[in-house]
Amino acid sequence: MSDKKNLKAKTGNEAMAEAMRQINPDVVAAYPITPATEIVQIFSQFVADGLVATEFVAVESEHSALSACIGASAAGARAMTGTSSQGLALMYEMMYIAAGLRLPIVMAEVNRALSAPINIHGDQSDTMCARDSGFLQIYCENSQEAYDSMIQAVRICEHPEVLLPATVSTDGFIISHCLEAIEMLKDEQVKEFVGTYKPKHWLLDVDHPFTLGAIDLQDYYFEHKRQEIEAMRKATKVVKEIGQEFGRKFGRSYDMLETYKLEDAEAAIVVLGSTAGTVKVVIDEMRKQGKKVGLLKLRVFRPFPFEDIREALKNIKIVGVMDRHDGYNAYVPPVCSEVRSCLYELDKRPKIASYVYGLGGRDITLEMITGIYNELLSGKISAEVKYSGVRE
Amino acid sequence: MGEIKVARKKGWKELPEGDYLEPGSAAVFETGDWRSERPVWIPENCIQCLFCWVYCPDSSVKVKDSLMTGFDYKHCKGCGICVTECPGKKGNKAIKMEAEKK
Amino acid sequence: MANLKELATRPELLSGGHRLCAGCGAGIIARQVMMAAADKPVVVTNATGCLEVSTTIYPFSAWKTSWFHSAFENAAASCSGIEAAYKALKRTGKVDKDIRFIAFGGDGGTYDIGLQSLSGAMERRHRMLYVCYNNEAYMNTGIQRSSSTPLGAYTTTAPNGKVKKGKEQVRKNLTEILVAHNIPYVAQTAIGYWNDLITKVQKALDTAGPTFINVIQPCRLGWGYSPEDTVTLGRLAVETCLWPVYEVVNGKYKINVKPKEKKPIIEYLKLQSRFKHLFKPENESVITEIQRNIDEHWAWLHLMEEDTNK
Ligand code: SF4
Ligand code: SF4
Repeated sequence: MSDKKNLKAKTGNEAMAEAMRQINPDVVAAYPITPATEIVQIFSQFVADGLVATEFVAVESEHSALSACIGASAAGARAMTGTSSQGLALMYEMMYIAAGLRLPIVMAEVNRALSAPINIHGDQSDTMCARDSGFLQIYCENSQEAYDSMIQAVRICEHPEVLLPATVSTDGFIISHCLEAIEMLKDEQVKEFVGTYKPKHWLLDVDHPFTLGAIDLQDYYFEHKRQEIEAMRKATKVVKEIGQEFGRKFGRSYDMLETYKLEDAEAAIVVLGSTAGTVKVVIDEMRKQGKKVGLLKLRVFRPFPFEDIREALKNIKIVGVMDRHDGYNAYVPPVCSEVRSCLYELDKRPKIASYVYGLGGRDITLEMITGIYNELLSGKISAEVKYSGVRE
Repeated sequence: MGEIKVARKKGWKELPEGDYLEPGSAAVFETGDWRSERPVWIPENCIQCLFCWVYCPDSSVKVKDSLMTGFDYKHCKGCGICVTECPGKKGNKAIKMEAEKK
Repeated sequence: MANLKELATRPELLSGGHRLCAGCGAGIIARQVMMAAADKPVVVTNATGCLEVSTTIYPFSAWKTSWFHSAFENAAASCSGIEAAYKALKRTGKVDKDIRFIAFGGDGGTYDIGLQSLSGAMERRHRMLYVCYNNEAYMNTGIQRSSSTPLGAYTTTAPNGKVKKGKEQVRKNLTEILVAHNIPYVAQTAIGYWNDLITKVQKALDTAGPTFINVIQPCRLGWGYSPEDTVTLGRLAVETCLWPVYEVVNGKYKINVKPKEKKPIIEYLKLQSRFKHLFKPENESVITEIQRNIDEHWAWLHLMEEDTNK
């Protein structure tokens, strides 16, 4: 690690675009959408200025963006894209295909609410709908994490035991458009860290032709899906390894999840993305008042780190899980549902409360989080999902 | 029907990773038993125009050194296009269809 | 001009053992396209459809060249990604061969659900040949109407009945939509003109830009005829001037096949059960309209040929 910190003021979108410049992928195919548009714009400028060797394909839709990346990746290229919300929704079909064909495409994704009503602000309904697409899902608390995670994602996805695509997500506007000081790596450091993409089979290797994307009927589909499931399972180990290697080399380690003052906490919040930062501020404040509160920030939602979660929460009395997406009368929304299921295995289980917050970019304030902690600490919780911040 | 005998289908751990196939592997899959009639070549009427070869949808007209040499009955589905397209010699076709003995 | 003796020395890139119907025109088109392409390495992209499912039923693939499929509506988009990868990897020296790119789509994947991605890929000028094997309906799902289905034809979603006479609309002219993209090479051809088809594929593959060939493909099941007539029907589509064989090279039109005598459309219609109901006295007007449309389009095409070659 260099002693001199290379600090730069960057928005989330700039940070992701910079990471892409340093990764210097072979192909980028993308289509603009608020609030991810800048990533594509900034990257196009890098192409125009000759700062990358990338073949940039300015496609006519997000569906084609991911389709082109899938073609490029199958052809043997390192391919990347970026999108948000409706754009991601238009990609859903192709997301399952990218994963099923085992193509390690990294996508810079900015979380934004899904229509209707149309809304351009941040919530996580877009990626939550793709949680079973076979993409790894990394949620970032801030621009620094977004930058670091983009670089790690390339290695994670291309790992021979994984070979799956990933979304690296930031919360729309909250991270994507906010300036933050981030520590950037040197171009050579990134280049060396990501290495080159060496697929086993690639379409442009015309001396070794093969067929990719055949129809699998009831006699083979399940086996291929089982392989994909296994790859996702193995990804947990790989995320940790790459996160540690990143830490050894550059001083910032990453794991599947991060805990904050959780060890002795009586009440904990589980949350993804930028809200984790707000929660930390509240924890510091409440701790000063002697209230034992803590945080479990889920960085990676796919693969789901159930063992780590169980380990981290086993001694907590009461846990509030915050979802920025609703399950429309599901018993609880997805993050809560999965956290709750994995804790079921414990003999002594924490009590669980479910909160849906921030839909369509609705502010989540320090007061609201304090309120949630106080409610948890009081022990007076019900099984019903609570909607934080909605006007009655 | 048509199935080739695969001793045992592989499990997910043994199968090659992903939806990947060897090129031309369909050649072992026999579609010949789809036929109710088979094309039969009559060499003395053949003018080696290769129309049968160029129009066969199933790559089932055998050609060696650019000469028609007969049919690949493992794959020929008996559609009869080769017969229709065969000009033959002086109006005598060089291919005729014969009923398959079932 | 292609030469069959020479073509027969090239490697066969589509093996037998695929599961297309006996007498399927898609198999003929795919084989002839690949014969034309076999002198250079080629990567094929296929839209979901009959050709794709029948040639690659796991664990058997009939393709001997690099072949790729991902979805229905995106053959042109995936092919553009492959072509972009080619440019990138050529620059970095990872690929040194001269490779060609072909995308196949049926009329469903091309005229309808894939039109947007096709338009995008053509406008972006990716070097690829897109071949539409146009059997004039969604045959893979069981003969549903497409925007390529001709006026009056029976399909399962535009059937004839007590009050309907089959498809009520004329088909759209996709070839001309492609011409409007100002791409260097657009052509139409038919099964039955192997030399024309193969020559066109060769021309297209030699063109440094996007190219498009629309091949009318008789489908025995969807059109209702016996399998040995596939080639005959392709030829009849041309001899009746229903499906002109022509090309547009950098905006210049050329009609490649000009039948000495234009056959009446009835000769074509009567061989196919999808048009059977048109021969009832109360439906005669539809046949008259089909004939009128053909005559108008044929005259228009001659004008275009004259006009663009002045
Ligand atoms: S009958 Fe059909 S499948 Fe058989 S060789 Fe003739 S054209 Fe080919
Ligand atoms: S079409 Fe008839 S004449 Fe021509 S090569 Fe075939 S068998 Fe011989």
